[in-house]
Amino acid sequence: MTRITIAPVTRVEGHAKVTIDLDDTGNVADTFVNVVELRGFEKFCIGRPVEELPRIVTSICGVCPWSHHLASAKANDAVFGVTPPSAGRKLRELCNAVAYTEEHILHFFFLAGADYVMGPDRDYSARNVIGIAQEHPEIGRKVVRNRHLGAQMLNIISGKTIHPVTAVPGGVSKPLTETERDKVLPMANEVLEFAKFAIAFAKEDVFPKYLDAVQTTGVIKTGFLGTVADDGALDLYDGNLRLMKPDGAYVDFPYADYTEHIGEHVEPWTYLKFPFAKEWGAFSMDLDNPSGIYRTNTLARLNVCDKITTPLAQKELEEYREQFGRPVQLTLLYNWARLIELLYNAEKAVELLNDPEITSTETRVPVVPRAARGVGCVEAPRGTLIHDYETDENGLITDVNLIVGTTHNNAPINMSVKQAATSLIKDGKYDQGILNQVEMAIRAYDPCLSCATHDLDGRIPVRLEIRDADGEVIDTLIS
Amino acid sequence: MSDKPKFAMYWAASCGGCEIAVLNIHEKILDVDANFDVAFWPVAMDAKYKDVEALPDEAITLTLFNGGIRNSENEAIAKLLRKKSKFLVAFGSCACEGCIPGLANFSSPKDVFDAAYDSVSTDNPDGVRPQSSVTVPEGELEIPKFYPVLKTLDQVVPVDYYMPGCPPESTQIGAVIDLVIKALKGEAELPPAGATIGAGATTVCDECSRKRNIKTIKAFTRIQDLEHVDPELCLLEQGIPCNGPATRNGCGALCPLAGAQCIGCYGPAEGVIDFGARLMTAFASVIDSDDQDEIDRILDGLVDPAGQFYRFSLAGSLLGAAKSAWQTGEEK
Repeated sequence: MTRITIAPVTRVEGHAKVTIDLDDTGNVADTFVNVVELRGFEKFCIGRPVEELPRIVTSICGVCPWSHHLASAKANDAVFGVTPPSAGRKLRELCNAVAYTEEHILHFFFLAGADYVMGPDRDYSARNVIGIAQEHPEIGRKVVRNRHLGAQMLNIISGKTIHPVTAVPGGVSKPLTETERDKVLPMANEVLEFAKFAIAFAKEDVFPKYLDAVQTTGVIKTGFLGTVADDGALDLYDGNLRLMKPDGAYVDFPYADYTEHIGEHVEPWTYLKFPFAKEWGAFSMDLDNPSGIYRTNTLARLNVCDKITTPLAQKELEEYREQFGRPVQLTLLYNWARLIELLYNAEKAVELLNDPEITSTETRVPVVPRAARGVGCVEAPRGTLIHDYETDENGLITDVNLIVGTTHNNAPINMSVKQAATSLIKDGKYDQGILNQVEMAIRAYDPCLSCATHDLDGRIPVRLEIRDADGEVIDTLIS
Repeated sequence: MSDKPKFAMYWAASCGGCEIAVLNIHEKILDVDANFDVAFWPVAMDAKYKDVEALPDEAITLTLFNGGIRNSENEAIAKLLRKKSKFLVAFGSCACEGCIPGLANFSSPKDVFDAAYDSVSTDNPDGVRPQSSVTVPEGELEIPKFYPVLKTLDQVVPVDYYMPGCPPESTQIGAVIDLVIKALKGEAELPPAGATIGAGATTVCDECSRKRNIKTIKAFTRIQDLEHVDPELCLLEQGIPCNGPATRNGCGALCPLAGAQCIGCYGPAEGVIDFGARLMTAFASVIDSDDQDEIDRILDGLVDPAGQFYRFSLAGSLLGAAKSAWQTGEEK
């Protein structure tokens, strides 16, 4: 038997390794994506004041700290039984939209996108953002500038970008002044122009080259989970959860009821749990006969939503659906869906900044501690993020449960890796380009192993080991 | 690869915020590329562990190591990078002092696992727990061993410099990179070994423009209990327990200026050995009472002393030296 190890999986956020076992004929017997970290947030948040959690849980993930910050603030609102004033909610939504633009740009151009822009078989030393900057200096300059604009906007709106501090129980601590709004609005308009450029560039120069790979790499059939507003529109800050079966049928439910619909399975070979849809039967990752498996993140959100409220992104959604249908199962299309969401968030930020209410000083309502349970949920860039807190009468935490975006995708990532490895590695033949294509199936999910492994240590390391028939490791790749 | 000096960055037990803070130096990232070969940086490029192992000792000029040491893989990579690096920087709060994940040191690994794998949404009737080695039909599967406590980087390998912050502010990172580039060209001198870099030497209060008038308080207040937070007055004077007086400056006092109290992410000010002890002294000095009962009542307003005084510094603190049985590995 031969074992291939990819360790660590690279250009993902966090720690994971991939183990691929080949049988005696050199074909794939089994694969495992081992997430190698845990940090213990669910334990050490106990005893902390609930209002401090928005500034503690941010350390789960420095890549999407805004998502944890806002989910936690919403759980706080629920614990205290308050609704933030309209301007407070809009400021939170504005920060969410700006943070999304920064992250989607990061993922497409710094992480996964490098495979497409530079080509998956390119030498590893060029297959990264610096390679892009050298080969396409104009694009590199734009990418760096627009991420910079996102960070500057968040600094002006909220003081600190990583880790954010302004969402408090009942609203936000810092109103936006008119001077600040006037400074930020032109930046938001520039990011919107970049978002338009990014999707046009990808549709013209990047995606057409990979349509074959898109049809095959990492393709699996699953259900989907995402958040929609009352009218079925894509909503990244609030709404009902929609759980869609592979055939497109779905149920909508309030996120506070998540435990009725979602369970989490445990395997001994990874620190990361496997969420599954409880009502679809027992959990199984069998490629031919999966059960309970659903996906989150961009592909899922664009599958479950009926429409997008901003005009340019809605037009892109229609074109995408025309070409690929609904629900879309092709794993690599996560990247396409991500650029549509980039456009939506860029439009949304401009829309919110043009709303006169955004500069209102009524951003927070006072609250009083009580013993209660509160669930907060937002769509993090990498998927549905659930924070569930219980407090005593003094507002100190007695129990915490967290399900984060990447964790929902644990089973699908494992299945996509198995599918990709099985189709790419034949008769014991593989090379660095093929193993990178296996990693591409992981990168499409934009996994954040930091988020996913909050429980113990904080990473989904992906590591791929290749062993010979005697069990000797002959090659190791790690992310 | 060219003969440019080599640069590496690695995250151990951390959140990734340090990596994003480095990417947020924006245009300067191209200076890094112009002056260094990036030899290893998993989040940004595809070099693998075996590529690092193949380098000669001290081949990497500068390694920024972020994250604490929570498991066997973290420790192995810390040792590997120590060997391969000329200058190893403990980068960010986790590597310097353990940071928020260090709060897990109050709990045993068993309690941490129970909280994670028996939660309200977990479907785990057989009580399955991740194991560092598991037998599957194809052979053994291994994942890193979870350690009894989280350690700081300098608790497992010698460290050349410390760069605090959660995460370090990007302007400070840019300044440090400029300095290293100049030093490599012989145009500047590096600070002495063991120094704290990319930060100030006093406290956050020195950088905070909020007004300080009275120096004393009668009660500590939780932020949601205040109907109105004065946007210009010192937060501590409004009764909000702000950690500014004990915390090293260098961040620009971003949090208090955004209406949120300092929580101490830049670690202890220069010369302070134990953050919590210094903060207790600072708080004691603003309490306006000579009456022991009243002082006790005022102190009861600090509802989470452990989280208040050691949110970032527990793993590296004097308290960390007092070990329970599970911390020394005698109990599973």
